[in-house]
This record gives sequence, C-alpha cells and structure tokens, in this order.
Amino acid sequence: MTENWNKRGNLPWPEPLVFEKSSPGHPGYQVVNENPKINPEVLIPEKLVRGKPAELPELGEPEVIRHYSRLSTWNYSVDHGFYPLGSCTMKYNPKLNEFNAMLSGFSGLHPESAEELTQGMLELWYCLEKALAEICGMDAVTLQPCAGAQGELCGMLLCKAYFKDRGENRTKILLPDTAHGTNPASAALAGFEVVEVKTENGLLTPKQIQPYLNKDLAGVMLTNPNTLGLFEKHIKEISEMVHSAGGLVYMDGANLNALLGITKPGEMGVDVMQMNLHKTFSTPHGGGGPGSGPVAVKKILEPYLPAPRVNKKGEKFCLECSFVKSIGRLSAWYGNVLVWVKAFSYILRMGRDGLKKVSELSALNANYLREKLRRYYHIPYPEFCMHECVLSDKGFPNEITTMEIAKRLMDYGFHPPTIYFPLVVHGALMIEPTETESKARLDEFITALVKIREEAEHNPELVKTSPHHTPVAKLDEVLAARHPVLRWKKEEKG
Amino acid sequence: MKFYFPHTEQEILEMLKVIGLKSLEELFQQIPSSLRAKDRLKLPEGAPEPEVEMELSRLSQKNQPCSELACFAGGGVYNHYVPKAVDYLLLRSEFSTAYTPYQPEISQGTLQAIFEFQTMVCELTGMEVANASMYDGGEAGAEAVLMALRVSDKDKGSILISNALHPHYQRVIDSYTSHLEYNKKIIPITSQGQLDLEALRKIDDGICLVVQHPNYLGALEQMDEIAKMVQEKDLILIVLVCEALSLAILEPPGKFGAGIVVGEAQSFGIHPGFGGPLLGFLASKMEWVRKMPGRIVGQTKDRDGRRGYVLTLATREQHIRRAKATSNICTNHSLMALSASIYLSLLGKLGLWNLARINLERADYLRKKIEASQLLKLKYPAPVFNEMVINLGIDGDKAIAELAKQGFLAGVSLKHHYPELADCLLTAVTELTREKEIDQLVENLEELVRREK
Repeated sequence: MTENWNKRGNLPWPEPLVFEKSSPGHPGYQVVNENPKINPEVLIPEKLVRGKPAELPELGEPEVIRHYSRLSTWNYSVDHGFYPLGSCTMKYNPKLNEFNAMLSGFSGLHPESAEELTQGMLELWYCLEKALAEICGMDAVTLQPCAGAQGELCGMLLCKAYFKDRGENRTKILLPDTAHGTNPASAALAGFEVVEVKTENGLLTPKQIQPYLNKDLAGVMLTNPNTLGLFEKHIKEISEMVHSAGGLVYMDGANLNALLGITKPGEMGVDVMQMNLHKTFSTPHGGGGPGSGPVAVKKILEPYLPAPRVNKKGEKFCLECSFVKSIGRLSAWYGNVLVWVKAFSYILRMGRDGLKKVSELSALNANYLREKLRRYYHIPYPEFCMHECVLSDKGFPNEITTMEIAKRLMDYGFHPPTIYFPLVVHGALMIEPTETESKARLDEFITALVKIREEAEHNPELVKTSPHHTPVAKLDEVLAARHPVLRWKKEEKG
Repeated sequence: MKFYFPHTEQEILEMLKVIGLKSLEELFQQIPSSLRAKDRLKLPEGAPEPEVEMELSRLSQKNQPCSELACFAGGGVYNHYVPKAVDYLLLRSEFSTAYTPYQPEISQGTLQAIFEFQTMVCELTGMEVANASMYDGGEAGAEAVLMALRVSDKDKGSILISNALHPHYQRVIDSYTSHLEYNKKIIPITSQGQLDLEALRKIDDGICLVVQHPNYLGALEQMDEIAKMVQEKDLILIVLVCEALSLAILEPPGKFGAGIVVGEAQSFGIHPGFGGPLLGFLASKMEWVRKMPGRIVGQTKDRDGRRGYVLTLATREQHIRRAKATSNICTNHSLMALSASIYLSLLGKLGLWNLARINLERADYLRKKIEASQLLKLKYPAPVFNEMVINLGIDGDKAIAELAKQGFLAGVSLKHHYPELADCLLTAVTELTREKEIDQLVENLEELVRREK
C-alpha cells in the first residue's frame, strides 16, 4: 500500500527560508494597540542604542502560520508513525498531558511568586518526587535537571561532593563499552577520569570490575537495561564490590521503561540514577527537547541534592534553600516544570498496574521483533531482550550497510532505528519499539525490513540510492562539515 | 484495553507464542529472581481521563498565575504576551513529537527552523554563529565560561564575574566549574548600579569576564568602556542577556567585542511556566565554532543538488568524542527555540523594534513615578531597559507579601543574594503592564511605606 501511495507522489510543498519570504516594511504582529512615542536616544545613551533594527523576517501572521505549517510537513514524528529509535523510548505522547500543562495555573506562574501563590504547583512537585522515588526504590529525588545528560552531570557532581565531604580523593569512574556518549562526557565534565571497561557477552561482569577496586575508584556508571537491551544481571554483585571498595553506583535510567513495577534500581544497590521524563514518562521530545532528567538518590547522597527543595509542613508546601552540603543549582529556577506536569499527569493516568503493563508490553514488542527478524538479520546477542533489541548489517548481500538500510526504511514510511550504536556492535541497528505500537504496525515494519533484505540481494542500487520518497534525497553531511554554512545571509538571496 | 496500549489480549497471546513464551512474566527471566519486585508499586490505580483532568485542574487552581495579578516580577522571567499563533503552532505534533533530527531527510522541518533560529540569534546578538539552543540562561552562562576556558590560551588565572549577573546563574556557573582549578573573582557594582570598572582594572590574571547587560539590577552597562578594558586586559568577554527583548533596541554585544554572547530568550514567546522550560542561547565568533557546545545545524545539498539542512560539526559532541566532548549536552531545548523563531517571525523587524520601545517607555513611566515620589526612591541612577531597583526603606519581602494580598506581584526580593538591598525591590514592566497598574503599584507601595516606617 505504501508503495502504491508513493507512486502517486507527494504534493510538492517547497518552502524557502522565512527570511526569503519577507515583505520589507511589513509592520509585523502588534501585541498592543499603540505606537512608541519617545526616541530611544532620549531614554538611553545613544552609544548603547542599535544603529538599525535587527534583520528579522517581515511577513505577518497568516504567512508565518503557513511557513511553519509547511515546514512541519517535512518532519516525521511519533504521531505519523513508528519511530523505533533505540534507547530513546519514542512512545505515544498522550494529548491529555499537553492540555494539563497548558493550564494557566501552571504555564502562567512566575517562578518568583511566593509560596502562598504556588501551593498547587508545589504539591504537584512534592507528589511527583514521591512517585518517582517509589518507582525507582530510592529515598529522595530532585527534579531540577533539564535533560538526561544534565541529570547525569548532577549525579556525578553528587558523587564528587560526597567524596569531598568524606575527605577522599577518588578520581575514576568505570563505564562499560556499551555506554551512551553522554555518560563519559558527563563524568568528565564533573572532573572524573573515565575508564572504559570491556563487557563480556554484552554484560558488565564482576571479573572486569575486580582490577579497579582500590582507593582511586569513585564508582561505576552503568545503564540498566543496557544499550543492547540486556539486563545487567550481575548488578547486585557489582554494586556490593564497588561499595566495599568505597565507591558509588550510578545507574543511567534512560531505559527505565523496561523496569516499571518489574524491579527497582534501589534494590540493585544503585546509589544514584537519573530518569528521562521525555522517554519513560511519555512527555514529547519536541524535536530535541525540552526534556527533564530527575535524579533519585539513596539517603547517603540526599544532603548534596541541588537546592531549592520542596517540602511539606503540616498541610502547607514550602521551598527550602539552605542545605549547606548542596551541590548548588543546575537550573536558573527549578527545572522543566511544565514537563513535570505532563509526566505527573501520565503517572496518574497509568497508575501502578498501567506502568507495569508498559514494561511488559515494551518487552513483548521488542522480543517479537527480534524473533521475527532473526532469519533475515544478524542478531549479535541471541538471548531474550528487554525493551529493545540490536541487529546488525553483518552478512548483508552486496555490501549494503546499516546506513543504507536506514535510509531505505524511510521509503517504507518508517523512522529508522538508532544506527551505529552501541559501538560494540559493528553496524548496529538498535530498535526500541515501545509499548504503544500495535502488532499490525510491528508486522508492517518487519515486512519492510525483510523486503529491504531482498532488495539488497536483487536490486542493491535501489537501496544504495535511497531514500527516494522523502522531501529531499540523501543529504551530504560531509559537505556541511567541510564548508560550514550555519546561518542565512542576505546576499545569498536568489 | 485501558490506557494507551493498542494490543488485544488475543494479539498478546499470539505474540508470546511466536517468541516461545507462555506469559508476559517470562519475558523478564533474565532478571535474577531476587531482584524481581515482590509487591505492586505503591501508587494509586490508574484513573480515567476526566479524573486526571480534574485533579490537575484542582492543582492548577491553587496557584495564582501572572494573568490573575498585576505582574511586576521579572528577574530573568518576564510577563510578555505569548501570541496564540505561537501556542497553536507548538501543538503541531510534527514538531512536538519528533526526536532530535538525526535523520535529516525526514527532519527538514525541524532542521530548517533551527537554521532560521540560529540566524535570528546571530542578527540579534551581532555574532557570527549560534547553536541550536541550551537549556536556559544559567546553563548557557556556565557553558560559555567552560567554552572560554577552552578557547583561551591562558592555562591558569581567574574567571571574572560581575556581581550584577543573575544570582541563580552565578550558582549554576559555580556548579559547573566547582572542580576546576581556576579562581573565581566577583567584580562588584558601583553606586550607579553598574560594573565597577576600577575594580576590574586592578585584576591582572583574568581569563574571561561575564557581564550581564542589562544587568540583574536592571541597569544598562557601559559597554563601550567594558569593551576597552577587555581589550586592554586580554579578556574573553562573555555578555549574558537575560531579557532578550532588550536586544531589539540595544546595540548588539558583538559590536562591543564580545567573544561569546549567551542568555535567556524566554521573552520570545515562552510562558513563564514557573521557570521552565525556558530557552538558553549561545552565539560566538566563527573562528571558535569548533569549541562550541551543543547542536549546530548547517546548510548542505542533497544528492540531486537541492538545498537542505543537517546537524553538523558533530565531532565536538558527546556521541562522537565521548569524554573529550565540548559538552555533555544531548537533548537541548529545540521546541522552545521553535517558539522563539515563530515569535520573532511574527513580530518581525519592525514589530520587535516597536515592542522593545514600548517596554522602554513603560519603564520610563514607572521611573518618573518613582522619581516624583516622596517615599520611594530609585536605588541606582543608571539607565535601564524595562527593570529597575526601587528603594522602599522597608523590608522587600514584606512589601511583596502585602501587595500580593492586593493583587500585585510587586517584584523580586533581593535580600537573599544582596543583603544590602533587603529594603529594595526589583521591579519589571512589560507591554502588558498598564499605566493604571503602575500608578496603583506606586500608590500602594507608598501607603505601605507610610504605614511601616
């Protein structure tokens, strides 16, 4: 069906840059019905006043709406179709949550408003922290980090503060070779030395950790389930080893979608972890944010959490700022509050059993894909997976690569999986279907992947030159990097 | 089935059969049984949509948003109007439910919009290159300092920070730089409310200088003098702009020798949202582009020669460079950057210029009112954009609490960060502030001062 539709072709909707649509002299949108009366030079020193207005587009509301509406049609999104980016948890984003976050009592609230004016907001904050702590089996939560990577940084800074407080100079953080790039980057940003540890059959093992158990060890940072979709089953033993050497255990909770109500990181010996509300808790990714990366900790790390923190005294909610051991602030205010509202709304809607079902069905979908595809694609880790599975291009006919498979998938109407990651699998295709995909959608995706395998054998040129049905053909990324053009300039017009 | 699951019970059974399992429980056999949860989560049962809506509505109604008060609070988040066209477009799921544009052929909408955003930031700041966005002004400030340290050829020395930099941003910079072996020196402010250039002159080991303009206390800085001093002292100048609308009317920081310009663009079509999500931006000189943090979109061509856009210069980033990346940032604030782009396109060149002038005139109206008052004083004589410090002579927190009862968000308390300003109030106006409200604010403050003194 997809093929037939494509033969009809898409409506061609070219859209120039917004600057190229300008009608010079257009007055633009007016917020208030008045014209300025005083020359700016009268009110502020002339040398501080702009020589001329900034060169912004000039087109007015109808044309602006049209410009962005047309641009939007060039995007693929979760609401369009299957978006199986591994470790990104591109699940359906319930619309209820969007409307809840738009309530003026949340969206219109000034962050400097006094506690008396923000009781409902503080209550939501308090309840969300409690719910996340319960889900993770941890003692305390901060919602301040604005994204997963900032959560990781927060966690690393907490570890740093903990050791400093104890007068210990521990410098090394162990990371498995399956770690997401933000892990080493966040550990390094917090001033730790990163040591990459080889995994065995995709898992971190006590044996690999053993050589590092000394006074330099600050801790281990691992993702569970890991980026191969495997549960780090030695985690408890590893945690005990790290703890007895005086170190801490950080868990990247990017893949928490697999664990809800199934098991709790707190029980595994994890001391600190971040979650991604924009993954597990269904808040939309926004084309690259805003996300939210709350951090949960055990009691020992609680004194170091970022301030301010919310508290409840009697029936009243309040903000507390004075924590002498706190790592300080990571955000200008409290974090991405409106993202919290959406996640809280999601948790209320799903409840304890709904959340557990999320993990069950995400694992069902991933394992179904893995099983159905094993005859056609190389599967480097053949055991059961959790919420995502990894394939590779190994043995593909006519040297068709993962990149080409990914581009061809677009022609079939799918967003490609995460590709070339994790690094331990050559030519990886990392597929996370999430629980909100139906069997029918999965079957369509499987059919497409199987067809691509056939095409690779019988019509490799078709695959190599894909995508064929996207608004633009394959883009030259090398050219972009070699000759950076990073902004529009007037002289380039026409 | 309840919730958002598309599966029927029959399908679940069929799928399990394909996998070779009998129950959903068996899917988790790789988890050691000692780690399997014994109890259900201690959370309520899932609620139907109307009930969740009611609960959120109950919580929302326990708050008093800017729209229900006369809002004079600023200090980094301003009560500007968000045009409905911005809210409307932001709901388009093609934008909101997409991921970071890793696959450019099906992400041209997001990519072109970011390219346009980068161009607008360059235009407003007077810089050559801007990135795709940062989380907020605080994090952008911290990343700017880290970037300056990478760019600088000095391997030791001090990070210089104006004490009129937003106090929260100062704390964020602390968090990001706490483990580094650089000194941090806070440059005081003068009785004019501006950066103390004489104090700056005495420091010889500076690497970079962070100046907020207009500063946290509302004052415009003497940018020309700062530019001279920065050159003399061989400092990297980081200009931080907390009220992005001021860029519409102020000479851009790029004209004053700024090496990096960062800030908060909440003013461009983003709701206050109790402080998040906001929009950080970061712009710089082209020669430093490879030292920049964050995503950058570049123009290129497709196989057939069509113009298109991709994420580029990725060798700076965590997914390639890992521990050696320029930053750990991955997810940024793309959708907020889209808000800003739509807002700036809507208002346009003349609309934004005029809006900034109206803000300036509102502030002038308030300023003249204070100058005419017998009881209230302006704390600083320096020129301002739309925000200023009012000296009440009574406790600022008390004034805020009292005026809240009268329907005013009178301003921001300063005493926690500047104990010497405990009897002052940081007060902002916008195009939404009516002259009547300004009259009433001044009147009510005067009455309070009369009563309290």
